[in-house]
Amino acid sequence: MSVPSENTPVVHLQDVRKSFGPKDVLTGIDLDIQKGESVVVIGSSGSGKSVLIKSILGIVQPDTGVIEVDGENVTYLSPPERDAVNRKFGMLFQGGALFDSLPVWENVAFGLIQGRDMHRRDAREHAVKTLGKVGLAPEVGELFPAELSGGMQKRVGLARAIAVEPEIVFFDEPTTGLDPIMADVINDLIVSCVKQQGITALSITHDMRSAKKIGDRIAMLYEGKLIWVGDAKEVDQADNPYVDQFVRGRAVGPIKMQLRR
Amino acid sequence: MNFLPSIGRVVLAFLAHLGRLTLFALTALSHCVRPPFYPRLIGRQMIDIGYYSLPVVGLTAVFSGMVLALQSYTGFARFAAGSENAVANVVVVSITRELGPVLAGLMVAGRIGGSMAAEIGTMRVTEQIDALTTLSTNPYKYLVVPRLLAGLLMLPILVLVADIIGVFGGYMVSVFKLGFNPTSYINNTYDFVTTTDIVSGLVKAAVFGFIIALMGCYSGYHSKGGAQGVGAATTNAVVSASILILTFNYVITELFFGT
Repeated sequence: MSVPSENTPVVHLQDVRKSFGPKDVLTGIDLDIQKGESVVVIGSSGSGKSVLIKSILGIVQPDTGVIEVDGENVTYLSPPERDAVNRKFGMLFQGGALFDSLPVWENVAFGLIQGRDMHRRDAREHAVKTLGKVGLAPEVGELFPAELSGGMQKRVGLARAIAVEPEIVFFDEPTTGLDPIMADVINDLIVSCVKQQGITALSITHDMRSAKKIGDRIAMLYEGKLIWVGDAKEVDQADNPYVDQFVRGRAVGPIKMQLRR
Repeated sequence: MNFLPSIGRVVLAFLAHLGRLTLFALTALSHCVRPPFYPRLIGRQMIDIGYYSLPVVGLTAVFSGMVLALQSYTGFARFAAGSENAVANVVVVSITRELGPVLAGLMVAGRIGGSMAAEIGTMRVTEQIDALTTLSTNPYKYLVVPRLLAGLLMLPILVLVADIIGVFGGYMVSVFKLGFNPTSYINNTYDFVTTTDIVSGLVKAAVFGFIIALMGCYSGYHSKGGAQGVGAATTNAVVSASILILTFNYVITELFFGT
């Protein structure tokens, strides 16, 4: 395994392609993410944003292309190698994906107990501290996920993602389904957690307010390709009709939605 | 001749399905012997499959033994008088060789196979299985292996209990309703039953336990869509496990007792 230099991107994607049957979802993705950077990928529903993240995580196997993490090619790995690479990752799923048979504290501590062989008692203490970081009281740790509101579930999911002190965190639609205030709370938590711990982040969302708040750079995914990548502050003035239509949320423009009439 | 492509598609789809199931089973088995192991989860599944299935398996066994005694007595009475001795023999052989394992297998398939498919299927559609992967936990080791081992180990124990309860059901009807001598009934039972009768039943039980857990896990693991997909996975798990139980019942019977 090569030792990454200072300029080696933490995540490097080169011509990543993925099809499901006749449907081409990713048609050549090229993207570099530097250490400590927060990149947000925006795009319409069904544009392949989740597939992009799942390809990096090894949940979906790309058809062709190269995915490197810290300079190491992770495109095709055996299950034990994948487990080792995934120790660098944290992931906040769109629906939370909390284990509903386990109490909240054990959800948060799961990666520590199973992935890092930490003793349950120590992992529990760590989980309670992490719950505090996302604004949840220690008593919440005793509840089960089904007893929590949507916003609390997102916070627990965030706590689970950062509890393992990952190098890279992935956020899949972190504010979807939340009211605007709770969405902003989650955005603030993401910003503070990522910046405080110096974590590299890759988020996907179609919530522009969230994208501008949590991203240093924004990339737009359209028809399987990244058609625009730029500074988050520049996205409103982007000289790209697709980005312009998406950012302003207009029905009329080059992006045609598949509607049946 | 238009029907030929349709038949071909069905055959190919069946073979593809069989291939996926075989790969799933082999992958799961390979993980059974490689660490890490999860004894806490295996223990939890053993309690769920073994302890919590006892009432339903026990009730099935006791009534099966009772009916068997009654039917054997009335049936034999048509052919010859004084055939009471045969009732104890028929009850013990039928229960240990066939009814104990098959009925326990079918009851557990309904109770456990369906619940495994529903639980793992829900985990699949709510991305909990993906979450396991991102937390460096192999879903096969964490979800499938404990269930397979628990099924394999607990079904023989359940069937052993079912054998005893079933024979006791036959004893109750024979002694308290038909007026048989209790001592001679027990002596007949002991004299007639062989080790092979019991062992064949326990081997069947182990195979059935493996089948139930395998089909429950496989159907749940590959479920798609939302609630409808999970529902379909649950149905598939129970139906396919039941059919496989009846199929393998014949195969194992042939291996033990075929001439």
